Amino acid sequence: MGNVLTIILQRLALGVLTLLIVSVVIFVAVNLLPGDFAQLILGQGATEEAVNTIRRDLGLDQPMVARYLTWLGGMLTGDLGSSFAQLNFATNMGGANTVTVLDQILPRLGNTMFLAGVTAVIAVPIAVTLGVLAALYRNTIFDRVANIATLSSISSPEFFMAYVLILVLAVINPIFPSLSNIYDGMALSDRLEKTMLPALTLTLVVTAHMMRMTRASIINLLASPYIEMARLKGMSPMRVIVKHALPNALAPIINVVALNLAYLITGVVVVEVVFVYPGIGQLFVDSVKIRDIPVVQACCLIFAAAYILLNLTADIMSILSNPRLRHPK
Amino acid sequence: MSDQLVKIRDLWLEGRSDETWNPIINGVDLNLKKGEVLGLIGESGAGKSTLGLAAMGFCRDGVRVFKGSVEFDGIDLLNASAAVKRDLLGKRIAYVAQSAAASFNPAHKIIDQHVEGPTQHGVMTKEESEADGMELYRKLRLPNPDEIGFRYPHQVSGGQLQRAMTAMAMACRPDLIIFDEPTTALDVTTQIEVLAAIREIVQEFDTAAIYITHDLAVVAQMADRIKVLLKGDEVETADTRTMLTAPTQEYTKSLWAVRSFERPLKSPVIASAVPVVSVRSVDAAYGKVPVLHDVSFDMHEGRTVAVVGESGSGKSTTARCITGLLPPSAGEILFDGEVMPPSYKRRTKDQLRQVQMIYQMADTALNPRVTVGNIIARPVQFYSGLTGKALRKRVDSLMDQIELPADEYYKRLPSELSGGQKQRIGIARALAAEPKFIICDEVTSALDQLVAEGILRLLARLQDELSLSYMFITHDLATVRAIADEVVVMKEGRVVEQGPKREMFKPPHHPYTDLLLSSVPEMDPDWLTNLLAERGVDNIGDAAVDNM
Repeated sequence: MGNVLTIILQRLALGVLTLLIVSVVIFVAVNLLPGDFAQLILGQGATEEAVNTIRRDLGLDQPMVARYLTWLGGMLTGDLGSSFAQLNFATNMGGANTVTVLDQILPRLGNTMFLAGVTAVIAVPIAVTLGVLAALYRNTIFDRVANIATLSSISSPEFFMAYVLILVLAVINPIFPSLSNIYDGMALSDRLEKTMLPALTLTLVVTAHMMRMTRASIINLLASPYIEMARLKGMSPMRVIVKHALPNALAPIINVVALNLAYLITGVVVVEVVFVYPGIGQLFVDSVKIRDIPVVQACCLIFAAAYILLNLTADIMSILSNPRLRHPK
Repeated sequence: MSDQLVKIRDLWLEGRSDETWNPIINGVDLNLKKGEVLGLIGESGAGKSTLGLAAMGFCRDGVRVFKGSVEFDGIDLLNASAAVKRDLLGKRIAYVAQSAAASFNPAHKIIDQHVEGPTQHGVMTKEESEADGMELYRKLRLPNPDEIGFRYPHQVSGGQLQRAMTAMAMACRPDLIIFDEPTTALDVTTQIEVLAAIREIVQEFDTAAIYITHDLAVVAQMADRIKVLLKGDEVETADTRTMLTAPTQEYTKSLWAVRSFERPLKSPVIASAVPVVSVRSVDAAYGKVPVLHDVSFDMHEGRTVAVVGESGSGKSTTARCITGLLPPSAGEILFDGEVMPPSYKRRTKDQLRQVQMIYQMADTALNPRVTVGNIIARPVQFYSGLTGKALRKRVDSLMDQIELPADEYYKRLPSELSGGQKQRIGIARALAAEPKFIICDEVTSALDQLVAEGILRLLARLQDELSLSYMFITHDLATVRAIADEVVVMKEGRVVEQGPKREMFKPPHHPYTDLLLSSVPEMDPDWLTNLLAERGVDNIGDAAVDNM
């Protein structure tokens, strides 16, 4: 196990390094956005003095490197800073408690994770099962239908799939609500019911990729001598695929699953908008619109971290699925 | 006849290549009685494996039955349903594959794969089968029989895996086992213990077997009867002793004669001559793992030094040190008496030119997308700078030297050549640099005996014409006998014995050389029996190496 631990630690260190580099990229990119918050909030007729005052209050007059270091320091201590928009609002009203970025993001992030989780629980088993069956009955009608169906669902725009589902499952057959306006303190069952339509839409989007990879990586192995051996031992076709091929095909499957889970966390703005689902994607888009830089940066960093973390998990699970690495000579 | 187990009548099999179906087996009959061992021999492409699998009612993808019948114990296998066949496979008919390392599933422990057959076929419970597996491991003389099954395949050596696979085939006590070249991938010393184990267990359980191999000496030890195949046709069938002493067909006689090729001895090397290549006290390591220890030997002009040893003995690593691919951690390589830089990166173009290599797998050593002419032209151009007509002329003359006429072969791709022809292109590519010294790394071990002999004769002729020096890496002592002038025996990264061939094949030997020499199967059908009687069953193979 010693060398597996070393590999995992190496991957972790690499992950942290990647995150650091990404944080620089995010900071520079966000600061290159045209327009600035002070200008935007005060409108065209603002005096230069007023603009400068707000800029000074928010620390926008500092050089970029200094601002980056302050921001990075805050990140490391868990302080994502204060949202410009909320800060401004709070000072104007004379209120004492400002709303931090963390307060704003956390509930949204929770909602997004919930949606991603529900989708994964539905999509991953369906995709892997379909992939195994497609490999088992390869080149039959079943295989072709499964391929065409999943391909068409991934090829249609997300909002289109969303509206089709609303039409079928909310309007014609009112099974699920078409609005997913969930809030804190909702019962889990209600939450699940409201999340179902966006989750199904996302399932249609991510299934094809995972299913095709499962099918391809199993079929890739079918010419191996150990698969022939299993057949010559008189094992049933299902057992050959599930017991003998699938365990050796896990690494690529795990990687595709991780990639799709990352997409579920970072790329679902359109679906959130269609179903009015209060996820982090909507918050992100709103913040970009009003140049609320601390929120934008924090969202970007969370997206990056999600990608890195999921890929890291996939790497580690691939390593663990390989008996050569788990049990060295 | 009630004791008839397998009855194949007028079987025609076809294989698909591109869009056409080509014949593989042409109307072959095969009979096997209960408890009988039939040897199936022939060159690669003769259809041995395809016929062996057909006896199980199994065709690989891209193979189909054109006509004929296969009966196993009265059951018509070609018309039986998939379920009926699944019930027979593993339970009454079992298979032992060529490479156990590739045929065990890397994801499961050995014992779990062993018990799969008996439990799925409902012959035994998991516990019974596990206990029985350990008993079989003990019978096959595997080390730590109670524990070895709980390892993963990659944790067990090739010879042990091959025996574990034989145990797995025995798990349901089948009536018939197909052995498909089970020892071809093994070293000679390991081969013996696997052969002995297979023979013993087949006799003990009175199992019938079809033993497929291209090695005549091996089949002589194992089979009661031998059937010879050539390109899908049966050449002849006879019982083993008759076949060995009095083959009736020309083809069979030519197979028997291959081992007679031997070069005349050369006069001894003049003591004062400067060797072409001299390996001096070389140590080498992969990372922190030491592989070579104080390796020294000389190679002289116009001579062949055979470097012999089992896999892992450091033969190829020595070659990598000489070529500079792996800089030695100590010691030096001299060329014509001058020290060469350890890494190929720091050698001059002329130093690089002088040392060339020919590889074992001609298949993977040639770029599949480049035509034969260009494969040879590239090093000519690189080292001599020739272009245009002069270049073409040089390539043509090289192709003449390897006996592949340029007008016919110049524009072909490697995939359009046979194995022997590919190896010839590998030789021409090495010659293109006009080297003094060529390393031949197991160049004939992937080839059939007749083709291999052709390559050896070609190499011998080129050596005489161009005064080349060869370092000939091999584990096959028959090849050593045929081509070597001097022999270096390696074991565990050290040179254990070296000297002229005449002395090496005459006793007294270093005990390891002795073990290697006496482990090479001979055509005498009693060879294995006598050897076991002489050495004792517990002093063969790995055990014998360890006992030294």
